Amino acid sequence: CSKSGIPSPIDQVFHRRHLCLGVLPDGLDRSSEFFSGNSKAMECLLSELQTHVEKVLAGGGEEVVKRNRSRNKLLPRERIDRLLDPGSSFLELSQLAGHNLYEYSLPSAGIITGIGAVHGRLCMFVANDPTVKGGTYYPITVKKHLRAQEIAAQCKLPCIYLVDSGGAFLPKQAEVFPDKDNFGRIFYNQAIMSAEGIPQIALVLGSCTAGGAYIPAMADESVMVKGNGTIFLAGPPLVKAATGEEISAEDLGGASVHCKTSGVSDYFAQDELHGLALGRNIVKNLHMAGKTENINTFQNVNSTYKEPLYDVKELRSIAPVDLKQAFDIRSIIARIVDGSEFDEFKKLYGTTLVTGFARILGQPVGIIGNNGILFNESALKGAHFIELCTQRNIPLVFLQNITGFMVGSRSEANGIAKSGAKMVMAVSCAKVPKITIIVGGSFGAGNYAMCGRAYSPNFMFLWPNARISVMGGAQAAGVLSQIEKANKKKQGIQWTKEEEERFKEKVVEAYEREGSSYYSTARLWDDGIIDPADTRKIVGLCISASFNRPVEDTKYGVFRM
Amino acid sequence: SSSHSDKRTLQPIEKILIANRGEIACRIMRTAKRLGIRTVAVYSDADKDSLHVKSADEAILIGPPPARLSYLNASSIVEAAIRTGAQAIHPGYGFLSESAAFAELCEDKGLTFVGPPSSAIRDMGDKSASKRIMGAAGVPLVPGYHGTEQDIEVMKAEAEKIGYPILIKPTHGGGGKGMRIVKSPDEFVDSFLGAQREAAASFGINTILLEKYITQPRHIEVQIFGDKYGNVLHLYERDCSVQRRHQKIIEEAPAPNVTNDFRSHVGQAAVSAAKAVRYHNAGTVEFIVDTVSGQFYFMEMNTRLQVEHPVTEMIVSQDLVEWQIRVANGEPLPITQAQVPLSGHAFEARIYAENVPRGFLPATGVLHHYHPVTVSSKAVRVETGVEEGDTVSMHYDPMIAKLVVWGENRAAALIKLKDCLSKFQVAGVPTNINFLQKLANHGAFQDGNVETHFIDHYKDDLFGNPNNLELEKEAFDNVKFSATLAAACLCKKEESILKENSCGSNSSLSIWYARPPFRVHHHARRNMVLEWENEDNSSSSKLLPISVIYQHDGNYLIEMEDISSRGLNVNASHLHNHYFTVEANGVRMTVTLATYVKDGTEHIHVWRGSHHHHFRQKLGLELTDDDETCHNTTSESASQSPDSVVAPMAGLVVKVLVKDGGNVVEGQPILVLEAMKMEHVVKAPLSGFVRGLQVKVGEQVSDHSLLFSVKGE
Repeated sequence: CSKSGIPSPIDQVFHRRHLCLGVLPDGLDRSSEFFSGNSKAMECLLSELQTHVEKVLAGGGEEVVKRNRSRNKLLPRERIDRLLDPGSSFLELSQLAGHNLYEYSLPSAGIITGIGAVHGRLCMFVANDPTVKGGTYYPITVKKHLRAQEIAAQCKLPCIYLVDSGGAFLPKQAEVFPDKDNFGRIFYNQAIMSAEGIPQIALVLGSCTAGGAYIPAMADESVMVKGNGTIFLAGPPLVKAATGEEISAEDLGGASVHCKTSGVSDYFAQDELHGLALGRNIVKNLHMAGKTENINTFQNVNSTYKEPLYDVKELRSIAPVDLKQAFDIRSIIARIVDGSEFDEFKKLYGTTLVTGFARILGQPVGIIGNNGILFNESALKGAHFIELCTQRNIPLVFLQNITGFMVGSRSEANGIAKSGAKMVMAVSCAKVPKITIIVGGSFGAGNYAMCGRAYSPNFMFLWPNARISVMGGAQAAGVLSQIEKANKKKQGIQWTKEEEERFKEKVVEAYEREGSSYYSTARLWDDGIIDPADTRKIVGLCISASFNRPVEDTKYGVFRM
Repeated sequence: SSSHSDKRTLQPIEKILIANRGEIACRIMRTAKRLGIRTVAVYSDADKDSLHVKSADEAILIGPPPARLSYLNASSIVEAAIRTGAQAIHPGYGFLSESAAFAELCEDKGLTFVGPPSSAIRDMGDKSASKRIMGAAGVPLVPGYHGTEQDIEVMKAEAEKIGYPILIKPTHGGGGKGMRIVKSPDEFVDSFLGAQREAAASFGINTILLEKYITQPRHIEVQIFGDKYGNVLHLYERDCSVQRRHQKIIEEAPAPNVTNDFRSHVGQAAVSAAKAVRYHNAGTVEFIVDTVSGQFYFMEMNTRLQVEHPVTEMIVSQDLVEWQIRVANGEPLPITQAQVPLSGHAFEARIYAENVPRGFLPATGVLHHYHPVTVSSKAVRVETGVEEGDTVSMHYDPMIAKLVVWGENRAAALIKLKDCLSKFQVAGVPTNINFLQKLANHGAFQDGNVETHFIDHYKDDLFGNPNNLELEKEAFDNVKFSATLAAACLCKKEESILKENSCGSNSSLSIWYARPPFRVHHHARRNMVLEWENEDNSSSSKLLPISVIYQHDGNYLIEMEDISSRGLNVNASHLHNHYFTVEANGVRMTVTLATYVKDGTEHIHVWRGSHHHHFRQKLGLELTDDDETCHNTTSESASQSPDSVVAPMAGLVVKVLVKDGGNVVEGQPILVLEAMKMEHVVKAPLSGFVRGLQVKVGEQVSDHSLLFSVKGE
């Protein structure tokens, strides 16, 4: 099972006939200004990213972390490390959720989520960080928890909840409690997933108060740690206020009470490490006998694969920081796919959209990447290619760098809206796994056609240089200032050149801020900002996770012809 | 000479029963097989899967584990020989090898006893009788006075004759009671009277004997061989001075720092000794050598093949077991004294399962990892009776193996000995290998300045001196480095196991186990806590928290408290099984790693260069006390207070000296345990009342079981 890049004997035979037909050329001018400029700019972006990441990895601050350790509690990522198979990778999601969202920092939104293997089975981890505001749920915490559950449901991943939370953050109850996608949805999801046969496992490693009590209570199996784990609807102070009863937290809702008397929990752990070991044991026993459809059904995977011919680190120099710069998307594809082999579909037609077949870490994929504005032909080609992939159960990888569809009279007359709709219809209905990576701009309807967040890609990641907005800041400023000018004119107000410029500047500034990758990732419009050099790895892991459930057949709606 | 040979010389041995076990049984079988002689093993219930049973053509169960019911049961052994049609019995060493009655029984049943005549065994078995015979034959004896005249003036005059220093010793009793060393005549009267008083008080008889006190004795023995025609020759001497608990641990041949003149004199004396008792077959004459005067004196004769016979075989290029069988068949000795070659130098190191810091107490346990050094016919021999997975039980001698090396000269042989010791890998039971290494590396040993008090003399060097901070630090730095490499190898081994296993059906998941483990924007990290098991001092074990950080290039950055602050960059590759190549600090080396799980703890052994270290890692899982409501009655021994006493080894209770509830003082003997021929006295740790003393004489106790506690009041 070597990954040495030696082709299998059958590949060797086939390759002799079609010598490296689909191998992409290097196509990178390393002495160009484009290369050096982007390298430098990306270096800055990545070091800024690293600074932010290091902050959130440290949790809620030195003092709190120390207090946490003194109670024999590990940090959430350490807890996950202990649960994972030794040597297993961990695909952490939305590390920077909550970034600059509130008046104070909320590292990783107070909850760590991600995918990793336990006893050879992929699981979704949801771990409260008790060092961040006591592990309480802010609106963004709820959103991140729900997103993890959404992925788990989509990929049929057993869920392991590492509970250590004070429940809903009360001052923001209006944004946490009542709405459809608020706190209550967590338990609803647990019930629905459990009904679908997706195991729900809770490890109570700390407090689990009020609404939080339902996480272990709704779980299929739960573990409680002696001394640290408590479950109650109301803590000792509230009980005293309500009934006058004086009781310690341990006696009110400790592991003994719930494992021996109430039956709220199933396994009694002597300490945290014991609790985590019990958690691993529960997964070990999820044999799911007879449920063969749960076993990875993705047959056509090569266990050996070639690395790309070109250095993946060069993706950092290709990613354009100035989005007006054009570049060939194939130079990115060449550094993501196995052996840089890419068999292009309809290469000569609708050339602003690049489509073709390749493999990533041995897994077949269909890649759709932007190489300019979407025209009629490009949209039709995209819809066609998506149909091919859904027909063959090939997952789709979207590489977004799109300013939008072509505008103007000729385009409209040609029915660009109709062609765009066809591609959006195809993207929406495609049931194969979809992974979206924004490598540059993501503007307007282009975001839709290229499987933006609203199109429920299984996973979606941004490069640090990515920008998302309905249109570019300058265009928006132009449109808005024209409208404002017209309004002012109606009211008889004169608008000076300077006033107009200042107005435009403000719009551009707002678009600049709201279009940034941090603004997006803080709000969970994506699943995280990634280092371009990690793209291949992450896409590979995402496809593998997505294929944890069998692919449903795709049925399309009415294509406007 | 054929005219007066008996009938069996015409019918030589075709099938032989070996009335022994372990390495010597295997060693005898090896020669027998080479000669085309079929072999019969005997075994006790404890040995049914042993190597000596597997190595034999036939094997017969002779009884339960205790030796007196099996390997010392002469009648069932003889019966086994008759049942299987063996014509001869080889007794090996120990057990029945020096029983004249057994030799007689064999002869009575028409079986050839491969050993000396029973008369010689009997003569030499009686210590005072043997000395009388030897004195008469002109073999030098330790000068002394053993007469009945006890007048103090007469005794003093005898002392003058013998020469100071002198040993005053009661004729009765033992254990050193009443013994006095007198350095000069003016101390004589006081010492003599003191010894008399003490002897009278202890034994009721106050007769005293005098003997020359040898201040720096060496133990030198001569291998002799005789045939049934009165020919006796010697095969040079062995030096067996280095001893612990009166048992040899390193032997060598020929003896270092002796002249050729001495060599031929001591050899001749040994031949005379053997001739005096009409000896035939293999025997050893032991001498005590006064290193000050160069005089040697007869001590005793061992009428059997010795444990350490291989060192002689190595320097004379002969197979002594073959000689034994040929002599037993009635053949004459194959060579004459003049034809005995002498080539090079050989060492034997006895590898024991034992607890060196606990006074060399025998240890028991499973040999989870057992990789002796690679043997080479000419230079390296490993005599062993065990295999990996075998248990060293409490019933028999805890010797695991004998390592025998040969070199052109002593220096060459010693280099080989040190190298082989560092490559001799045993894990599962504590051994004396590290201790043997220290012995072999000691300057005085290298110079051949061996004597019987060697270990005691140099104990500060050999047992680690906690006051030598520089050495301690160096030793601990070595421990930390080994721990670092162990961590790297553990991670590497895990990777290769994962790699093998993920190649099965579920190959699409294998990318989740790619190396290094993927993390988003940070490095995967593996934390572990290794507990160093300090072999010299088990109470000073240290916890070493280690962090392994997986690097993108597949290397590990290993961080440990007070190792260099940047961590150590280690590249490890797994060769096969236990073997790894590790590169750290620019040095590439081979590392062997053995792991096994015992009592919920993972034991990790690391060998690199001349270092061997033992670490433990808690697996952190005690699923048995899963529920705090579970009343755990058996966990009493787990919660030991300093006033409770546990068995220092597995063994048989042979004496209980105090009743439960009795009042005792600190250090008072409470009971006596016996294991592997050794008695161990269990003493009161403090003054007070004995509580919970339940064990009875004849009861078998397991290692670390609670014996009693002492409550001070």
